[in-house]
Amino acid sequence: MTIYMTADKILVTIFGTLGIGLTYWFFLMKKEKAIEAKEVADVVVEGGYSPGVISVQHGKTTVLNFIRKDPNSCLEEVVIPEFKVRKFLPLNEKVEIAINPARKGKFDLSCGMNMYHGKIIVK
Amino acid sequence: MAEAKKTFSIKGMHCASCVSVLERSLKKVPGVFLAGVNLATEQATVSYDPGQVNESQLSEAVSRVGYSAEFIAAEKSEEAIQQEKRKELKKLKGLVIVSLVLGGLILWGSFPAVSETAPELLKSYWTQLVLAGAVQFWAGWQFYAAAVKSIKHRTANMDTLVALGTTTAFAYSVFITVWPSVVKSLGIEPMPYFDVSTIIIGLILLGRYFEAKAKAGTGEAIKKLVGLQAKTARKVIGGKEIDVPIMEVKLGDILRVRPGEKIPVDGVVTEGSSLVDESMVTGESMPVNKQVKDIIVGATINKTGSFLMQATKVGQDTMLAQIVKLVQQAQGSKAPIQRIADKISSYFVPIVIMLSVATFVLWYDFGPQPNLPFALLSAVTVLIVACPCAMGLATPTAIMVGTGKGAEHGILIKDAESLETAHKIDSIIFDKTGTLTKGKPEVTDILPFGNMTTRDILIISASLEVGSEHSLAESVVNMAHTENIKLQSMENFRSIPGHGVEGVLNRKRVTLGNRRLMLQDKIDIAAIEPQIELLENQGKTVMILALNGKVAGIIAVADVIKDSARDAISTLKAMRLQTAMITGDNIRTAKAVAQSLGIEKVLAEVLPGQKEAEVRKIQAEGKIAAMVGDGINDAPALAASDVGIAMGSGTDIAMESADITLVNKDLSSVAASIRLSKKTMRAIKQNLFWAFGYNIILIPVAMGVLYPFFHVLLNPIFASLAMALSSISVVLNSLRLRKAKINIAD
Repeated sequence: MTIYMTADKILVTIFGTLGIGLTYWFFLMKKEKAIEAKEVADVVVEGGYSPGVISVQHGKTTVLNFIRKDPNSCLEEVVIPEFKVRKFLPLNEKVEIAINPARKGKFDLSCGMNMYHGKIIVK
Repeated sequence: MAEAKKTFSIKGMHCASCVSVLERSLKKVPGVFLAGVNLATEQATVSYDPGQVNESQLSEAVSRVGYSAEFIAAEKSEEAIQQEKRKELKKLKGLVIVSLVLGGLILWGSFPAVSETAPELLKSYWTQLVLAGAVQFWAGWQFYAAAVKSIKHRTANMDTLVALGTTTAFAYSVFITVWPSVVKSLGIEPMPYFDVSTIIIGLILLGRYFEAKAKAGTGEAIKKLVGLQAKTARKVIGGKEIDVPIMEVKLGDILRVRPGEKIPVDGVVTEGSSLVDESMVTGESMPVNKQVKDIIVGATINKTGSFLMQATKVGQDTMLAQIVKLVQQAQGSKAPIQRIADKISSYFVPIVIMLSVATFVLWYDFGPQPNLPFALLSAVTVLIVACPCAMGLATPTAIMVGTGKGAEHGILIKDAESLETAHKIDSIIFDKTGTLTKGKPEVTDILPFGNMTTRDILIISASLEVGSEHSLAESVVNMAHTENIKLQSMENFRSIPGHGVEGVLNRKRVTLGNRRLMLQDKIDIAAIEPQIELLENQGKTVMILALNGKVAGIIAVADVIKDSARDAISTLKAMRLQTAMITGDNIRTAKAVAQSLGIEKVLAEVLPGQKEAEVRKIQAEGKIAAMVGDGINDAPALAASDVGIAMGSGTDIAMESADITLVNKDLSSVAASIRLSKKTMRAIKQNLFWAFGYNIILIPVAMGVLYPFFHVLLNPIFASLAMALSSISVVLNSLRLRKAKINIAD
């Protein structure tokens, strides 16, 4: 069987390849700048975490105020395994999470099902 | 009218007059019904109409009179969280019903075999468009909302996949409905897929509904623990007893606890006595007798007597609060086994989107005619069948149920990593004193000689020993007390350190002590030497009693082995774990204890500071070693071991140094912990296997890999059903752990 690449097929192939490339670039090649937290930092939870990358000082207590504005139940919990935090975030309410990093490094922050991600960088 | 209650901190209060000023100011806010301010706790509790009052108004009312309000510290109560969750579930249920009913109607009007029986109206594509549109943009709105928000963050998730998939199916169907002739001219039969888009949304929402219900069960243990907390306490003030909310109990308060009541906070009994059921906190099933000076734990139940207690720990410092905190922390920690799943799930959704695009292209270019609907449906199926949730839920749900289950049995696990490591343990080292033994010497044998009786020996020895402060002496006196023996007065009492004691009773010279004392007093013990040796080989310390220079009897004292120790060791051995005992005692005593328990390895005469090194030596042999101790003296050894297990109360520092704390102080829980770990790990592995296997098999099937060989394609509706079932099954598998048997007695 010979397959003829008609004009529409060529177009679909080109756009498909571009689509794949775009998806890769858009989701997998993003780089986020770390926002430096002093003593207190607000983290807005809406379709993810803003700021997505927070840098905090080693050995100092930083209070992260999580405010969930997104009714999506996926975001109802925040998990920060390094600091053993799994907290329910009531909608539109401030939830205070104090962390005192004992070691330096990059630590993950995610929702309860590990679909949304953020990072805490301890310097 | 709705009524809400809020407690918040107030800064800057110093006098009782502040209280009334604040209360007045808060009550002036329209919509506030009640306002109470507590000077001691520096907190205000306000009940108000949430429709009229918000935090900033309350804060303003406070600052107007010169103080400042702090709202953040007040934690949302478990009850409020549950209420919010219930509300969400109810809303979800409505969406599920509407979308499945409308989806069913569309299916009736469009599915080849049954559409004959459907009314004409339902067969109309325009009717279907309206119904499907309602589902797409009303019931399915949450998918769009979530997808758009996460795209702003350049992340993609489950909602992105559902939104993309259903929108594609919906948009194609709309196109066909509006311009059927265009599609026809391409040689494609104009058949919309409104049933696909609606039923997918219905089923995925249904999946979410069940998942949310099941997930609520994973946090049950915490809810149960929090629910144990007493709500009120009966405070004694100036001879009067008044009921106060638990929040208002302060350190040092005297509280009355009546039979059948919950003990409000941690404290000590100051008057009266009772039997207390501590099972809810410690897992220990037998009620414990509590008398004056005994420590009692909040949230346990007073069974029989009425007593007064003094509060020694309140609020976040109580044992129950500590336990809740520990379990919560454990549930927030991550098991090492999860790392791979984490890595994959962070790339998963973008990869699925790319695969879906590739599927479209491949089907369009190389698939059979009509290629467009084939390509479209396959691409949609790939988006819908992919289930990242199952991977995300696999480990944490099992960890939550596992740690919760442990807490119910008095086994507190510090974090997910400890729970994971515990299943690999192959040798267990026990500290002897206080862990395998009771830590308090007790009289084990009394041998009378001549015309003496056991009772005579005890009377004379106890009357003599009452003057001594030695721990061996204490055990003799204690025994006399429990036997209700009245002690006699002794003259010329003399204590000879390292030897024993002497005195005169009824003009008879009484000597009580070890061999050295007998030798010094020239008392012949050759005749009883075999008995002494026999007792010493059993790990007992022997004291010889002589009257007027003649042997009258023997009292043997030993640190008594705990009742549960023998069974605990034999259970562990049956689980093929190597057992060892570590102690500062001499080798003879140590060996005797080890032998009677069936412990294989004995590490005797180890100084406290060397215990850690001994643990490391065992680890150097390639063993994964657990150390079981009291958590205070052997903290370094606990920390050095792979899993440190402390037998202790929840308030101890033990909880800090140990990976697992047995608040029930029951040795058989060592085996139970390992069993719990094994079962949890098995559930996690099953979950991960299922979650990965599911995606690895079904995504290629959805792409159509089976089509060239068997002409098999996955229907997108079945794909959504599979995906919904996949995440539910993971949660349900974790919930099975709740019923798992971890104790032999279970």
